[in-house]
Amino acid sequence: MSLQILLNVVLAFLWMFIKVSYGPIDFIKGYIFGLLVIFVLRRYFQTRFYVYRIWSFVKLTLIFFKELLLSNIAIIKIVLKPKLDMRPGIFALQTDLTKDWQILLLSSLITLTPGTLVISVSDDNKILFVHAMNLGEIETEINNIKNTFERAILEVSG
Amino acid sequence: MSLIVNFLIGFFILAGAFLCLIATFGVIRLPDVYTRNHAASKATTLGVMFILVGTFIYFYSFLDHFNSRLILGFVFLFMTSPISGHLINRSAYNSGVKLWDRSVRDDLKTYNEAKEKNRF
Repeated sequence: MSLQILLNVVLAFLWMFIKVSYGPIDFIKGYIFGLLVIFVLRRYFQTRFYVYRIWSFVKLTLIFFKELLLSNIAIIKIVLKPKLDMRPGIFALQTDLTKDWQILLLSSLITLTPGTLVISVSDDNKILFVHAMNLGEIETEINNIKNTFERAILEVSG
Repeated sequence: MSLIVNFLIGFFILAGAFLCLIATFGVIRLPDVYTRNHAASKATTLGVMFILVGTFIYFYSFLDHFNSRLILGFVFLFMTSPISGHLINRSAYNSGVKLWDRSVRDDLKTYNEAKEKNRF
């Protein structure tokens, strides 16, 4: 991905040198033309066309904000309820992610989402221990996390 | 237009202040370290972020001043606050702070016990 971006910047500079004008507008024009060239030649690269990956990163950020809002609404509900009748607990979450930065991202996402907080990561980086504020059905919670966050992170890295 | 901007600024500042208040109530009311950490690490993050966004819009629309430091503060807060919450929780658990007595299950304890058993 970084190789493609670097190539795109080089193509933009090439465009500026061909036009013999060095303003930011020319850079942007050259960047767009370079993007077109890379899109045409995309099957010669090892990785995907990099705009897809940037798009999935934007999607991940949007998911993050949405979940942050929902988690705050859940916290407000629990705190302002007259009776403390939540059922906290720690559950184990098997994760398919392998790289360190993916696990870091996943645990930050879990920490900022409704009613869950990561306590510990097992030594072999395969299990996350998550403290849940309101432990309903564990299976559904795990499936929620898996379907939204893990898939989004895998899309960014894949 | 100006009315909408005014409304947005007021909404962001008031919502941020309200969320911080809720977080304080949560820290006072909830029973143990872990549940308190839930309230403190989530509600204050979004609350302070709302206040920063409101300040940013105010300076941008009324004084025509684009303050990039507010955006940086926003991003840094977003990156660091979940990690601090995680570390406080982790150190509390490892130094043996007990869960609330009405907690339902504890998978980490069984995991640690299994690890101890395998070692010896």
